[in-house]
Amino acid sequence: MSEQPKAVALISGGLDSMLAAKAVQQQGVHVEGINFFTGFCVEGHTHAIRQKDKDKAKRNTALWSAEQVGIKLHIVDISQEYVGIVTNPKHGYGQNLNPCLDCKGFMVGKAVEWMEEHGFDFVITGEVIGQRPKSQRRDTFPVVAEESGAGDRLLRPLCARQLEPTLPEREGWVDREQLYDFTGRSRKPQMQLAAELGFEDWSQPAGGCCFLTDENFSRKLADLWQARGTREYDLDDVMLLKLGRHIRPADNYKLIIAREDGENRFMNGYRKRFHAVRDLDNPGPLALVQGEPDNDDLETAARITARYGKGKMAERVRAEITPPGGEPYVAEVAPMPPAQIPEEWHV
Amino acid sequence: MSEAANGSRREHLDARGLLCPMPVIRTEERIKALAPGTELEVRASDPGVLYDIPAWCRVNGHTVLESREEGDELVVVLRVEAE
Repeated sequence: MSEQPKAVALISGGLDSMLAAKAVQQQGVHVEGINFFTGFCVEGHTHAIRQKDKDKAKRNTALWSAEQVGIKLHIVDISQEYVGIVTNPKHGYGQNLNPCLDCKGFMVGKAVEWMEEHGFDFVITGEVIGQRPKSQRRDTFPVVAEESGAGDRLLRPLCARQLEPTLPEREGWVDREQLYDFTGRSRKPQMQLAAELGFEDWSQPAGGCCFLTDENFSRKLADLWQARGTREYDLDDVMLLKLGRHIRPADNYKLIIAREDGENRFMNGYRKRFHAVRDLDNPGPLALVQGEPDNDDLETAARITARYGKGKMAERVRAEITPPGGEPYVAEVAPMPPAQIPEEWHV
Repeated sequence: MSEAANGSRREHLDARGLLCPMPVIRTEERIKALAPGTELEVRASDPGVLYDIPAWCRVNGHTVLESREEGDELVVVLRVEAE
């Protein structure tokens, strides 16, 4: 070990990871942060796309947190490897399609790899016993430590005094007495510590910072897997699941209908990959058709799309239908009345 | 690679079509292989880069020389600093 101990801290952008990193940094440890991009991060993507979100703060919360703590931050793309965690979690899912325990073990494992590669000594997380029902429990902590390969090089400063001493504590790299003993779901201890450490602002994403904890998103992902007959996805799938209105009239195809101009522009970039449908006569949304639609399906898709545009009350409209990478053609269709779009079609 | 006005080496990174944080990730990956003093011009389409790349430079000790909008594209020029 170098003279000054070095720790890599998992930085999510939330308060707990900020506090954990700061608490260890204050003890004279050289701390650098690491943040993992899985593709399911709530902030960022959709704000960049939606017109209505243009005025929202675009700051990356992990970067912002690192700046508050005063540490370097490395953002690492793990989206490809992460597919296996989402599609086949050893420990199962939480309330939605959130594989939180597998996810934590995987991320700590990636941090361990980074630690070894860069000559660091231990890993820090902002975990608190009992904070999360699926992944932050006294009985799951050893699972994360073991499966990640971190063993006793994993320090959880916010609840360390509730746990067996880890290597950094035993070696005296950090003073255990200056660490914390937080437990449970209450946020009061963290708020108090934030005040003591001089933090006045932090990100507070409801339900965490991951789309997989979101019921609506998880329902759409499950629908996609069911329609494909396999639990596969790529980053484009994830992007499109975050956007638009999803309507599935039949097992073999689904419409994704833009809800505003920003989504229209973004989805336009997918015209070479999917059938694209729009109303030629009236302002309205672009719709992408995923799956294997036949000509009748595409006519139905055009009728549904027209229903969400300004021509919804017209008797007939001209719809432009563009096959993937092909030439557009025009079909005259009647916008579908809302009563003919059953609730169960809405994914 | 090109030469900047001040004679420094200038590398170029095309991050157009990528949404944040991918332009930042690509920037970090590229910088690992660049010598201190080299300039890197990042061209992107996600407005988030105007916030994220300067923030990433601040926390990691690199210098933003310029950031500007060119139509629908964003350009950030930074200088790689020593560790």
